[in-house]
Amino acid sequence: MQKITRDQIVSKAVSLLQDGTVSAVLGWRQGEFCYDVTPSVFNTAEDIEANFVWNDFCGANFSKYLVSKTKNIDGKLLVFLKPCDTYSFNQLLTEHRFNRESVYVVGIPCEGMVDISKVKAVSGEGIVCAESKGAGLSVTTIYDENPKEIPYAEVLSERCLNCKSKKHVAYDELLGDEGEVIDSARFDEVEKLESMTSEERFAFWQGELSRCIRCNACRDVCPACTCEKCVFDNPNSGAESKAPTNSFEEQMFHVIRAFHVAGRCTDCGECSRVCPQNIPLHLLNRKFIKDINSFYGDYQAGAEVGMRAPLVDYDLGDLEACDVFERRDSE
Amino acid sequence: MNNRAETLIPVLGVITDVRIDTPDVKTFRVVTPDGKKAFDHKPGQCAMLSIPGVGEAMFSITSSPTNQEYMEFSIKKCGCVTDWLHQAEEGQQLTIRGPYGRPFPVDDEFAGKNLLFIAGGIGLAPLRSVINYCRHYRDRYGEIDIVYGSRSMDDLVDYNEIIDEWTKDTGIRVHLTIDREQEGWNGHVGFVPSYVKELDFSTDKTAIICGPPIMIKFTLDAMIEMGFAKEQVYTTMELRMKCGVGKCGRCNIGSKYVCKDGPVFRCDELSELPDEY
Amino acid sequence: MRRISLYSLDSLFGEISKSMTLYIPASDNAGGAVYTKYEDGVEYLNTLNTVKSPKNFFFPHTEDLMEFKLQGKNIDILDIRQESEDFAVFGVRGCDVKSFDILDRVFLSDPVDSYYATRREHGVIISLACTKPSETCFCTTFGIDPTEPMGDISAWMTESHLYLQPVTEKGKALMSKIEHITEACDDSEVLAQKDKTKNILSKLPLKDLSTDAFGSGKTKELFDSPQWAELSQSCLGCGTCTFVCPTCQCYDIKDFNTGSGVIRYRCWDSCMFSEFTKMAHGNPRLTQTERFRQRFMHKLVYYPENNDGLFSCVGCGRCLSKCPISMNIVKVMKSLGGDKNE
Repeated sequence: MQKITRDQIVSKAVSLLQDGTVSAVLGWRQGEFCYDVTPSVFNTAEDIEANFVWNDFCGANFSKYLVSKTKNIDGKLLVFLKPCDTYSFNQLLTEHRFNRESVYVVGIPCEGMVDISKVKAVSGEGIVCAESKGAGLSVTTIYDENPKEIPYAEVLSERCLNCKSKKHVAYDELLGDEGEVIDSARFDEVEKLESMTSEERFAFWQGELSRCIRCNACRDVCPACTCEKCVFDNPNSGAESKAPTNSFEEQMFHVIRAFHVAGRCTDCGECSRVCPQNIPLHLLNRKFIKDINSFYGDYQAGAEVGMRAPLVDYDLGDLEACDVFERRDSE
Repeated sequence: MNNRAETLIPVLGVITDVRIDTPDVKTFRVVTPDGKKAFDHKPGQCAMLSIPGVGEAMFSITSSPTNQEYMEFSIKKCGCVTDWLHQAEEGQQLTIRGPYGRPFPVDDEFAGKNLLFIAGGIGLAPLRSVINYCRHYRDRYGEIDIVYGSRSMDDLVDYNEIIDEWTKDTGIRVHLTIDREQEGWNGHVGFVPSYVKELDFSTDKTAIICGPPIMIKFTLDAMIEMGFAKEQVYTTMELRMKCGVGKCGRCNIGSKYVCKDGPVFRCDELSELPDEY
Repeated sequence: MRRISLYSLDSLFGEISKSMTLYIPASDNAGGAVYTKYEDGVEYLNTLNTVKSPKNFFFPHTEDLMEFKLQGKNIDILDIRQESEDFAVFGVRGCDVKSFDILDRVFLSDPVDSYYATRREHGVIISLACTKPSETCFCTTFGIDPTEPMGDISAWMTESHLYLQPVTEKGKALMSKIEHITEACDDSEVLAQKDKTKNILSKLPLKDLSTDAFGSGKTKELFDSPQWAELSQSCLGCGTCTFVCPTCQCYDIKDFNTGSGVIRYRCWDSCMFSEFTKMAHGNPRLTQTERFRQRFMHKLVYYPENNDGLFSCVGCGRCLSKCPISMNIVKVMKSLGGDKNE
């Protein structure tokens, strides 16, 4: 599959803006370095041509931004969505979080996004350039003028290595070729956790979650977390807390959040991408997805708009609590 | 100003009297368990009151420093801590720390001046401390005018003290107003800012305003129109506070911290600050 | 100046930990570094920066302040502070050392915060000069020399040795305890290393970042800038920048019911959080733009105004690498006029 180029995206954005199809463009803005791109609304063709970026570091999922960015917009907002972003897009539409009419979606193919911390683990600090070259990145640092070539397989983010779909489930128009839903190995890590003893599993999560600094980035970026007022921000809820009062409390935050997004989480992986402490939060969500699949049959949140999620739907054939209990015993 | 070594650790207080002022304002009398005043303060300063497990909040000290026996706090029911306090009875212990903040310049700038107090609703609470201080040292000040307005008759805080004491003092004029006509009310009806204009005060006064932000804004506008300079007008502010000593960062406006650089500000000082309060 | 062979680094750590608890940067098993209590088996990780800054040693993420026992209408106030023990922190970079000065001016100014002061008195800082700064480093913008990292003892690590130079009385006292395992030396190796590092510093991409547009008296000029809305437009309102920042010091005080009493504790808070300034009757900072502006105005204007022009940023670069949307103080400064080249 041919990689989409920045020029293709920019000319699409400019033409849609100039022919009046859209009044603004949500895209990635050039930062200080090759990798620190910032989600941003562009209002003019000049701004797009000068500052719009499309590279291996455009990982941010724009779907959630549509909730706030379409609120006071005249006309339509153009958004570029990668295949996995479109699942969040559909899920948000299912939850009536924004108006479909306010958005013009251009689907763009994605070959996976790079995790800069993985790059730095190989290249070291001082990156001045990291460009796509063939099947990898060519990285130059202030310490080594000779570019180091790093294969994508070593630096793609976890969610991209376990990509679940290269097929867009929503778009108004598509740039490049459409892909397929992938039979990914994304549940392998979950199975590893399931095969642990409960003590081992507890120790694993204790180790991971003890690093949590309660910055709330996972929640704030999560497309499934669009409550107007989060229970963890409400001083009157009794659950508001900015720091662990004991070691168990951090788990409560993450476990409660995982429960809250269960059935609605599309496995976009933004939570793990933004975690400053590299906690594999997506594994909690994937465990729920895996369980829902096994209890109620395969279900992918966001695959279509308006789907009834198994956890909010009732069917006479639904699993009884005792079946779940038995299943636990047989494991 | 405040040199206590343990700034965050409070002392114990006991509520010895609860007075119902209005449907949503009560005045609490607080002393230490051995019956003394918890600490000395100056008019306009505040104290942190807390009920452990419920929370801690900053309140202006309503009683005058000249009261050597106890402190009083007039508190409107509007949040966790205040809700809890409103159901507290006499004998209930609480914690108290302070005094915090810059007081009104009662012994400097105010000395010898004609004073004009303008309060709206619960905004009388911080001014009552100053008013009673000035009444106590009556000969240090010129004429005193007090304009006080509330939604209704029933919402006037300290009504009995105003009628029984303030209006009887010589050289003190009290001008009361309520927002809307009400049976049994013979006084003025109308909002505070327009009443202040109606009263057409001479501009030789030093004014002290406290009330809801919107009332302060319109009253200040009216006074500027009447010819007052911002340097003549003082107000006292409220922002969310946690530490009370300028460290927790909450009440930061520009380079000032309301808890230690305020809560009392002269209006010309306020206009130097970014508009974020 | 004294030195010790890197082969003997463990014996140095062992010697220090005989007299006090020692913390060194070690792997957090997730690609980052975390200050870890030194004991057998803990391996020193030569990292540029830890994920969480060492402000945690003096201003911990969460700390218990006092306890209350409640009975009927009565309250008991218990001072639960324990006698602090001496501790040392090894490997603190020049930027983070400077952050302690910035925090000191808040916590040690009148009235002194005794919780912070006690930890500060008991802590010994062994800094470490940088040799391989990152593209995200800009400490020199704030006048910090990463080759002269200060602290109680300044340290330099070459390929073969660790060089140590006491700076304060506390540092001298600790040096005397490790004198027998170190050897006297001249500073030629250190000087050579400094030159080499300074050459690298001159190549860093952010070396031209300027503070000229900021500082005391700039409130009026900057506060109403239309740039704030643009800069903050995709800010998530999370607390990542605040919590990884070595100089952010806002805190909250909260009560926790333990079942047998109430613990009043303090924890880090963030001006980026939506309810930070929320009161019963309203919130003076209603949108993320205002909250975002507060954080940077505080670091670049308000703090300097109260502290002789000192900025509340040390250029450690943590927010640059950790912000989920890659918005940070460098972009803010450049956008508001801090780029010498523009």
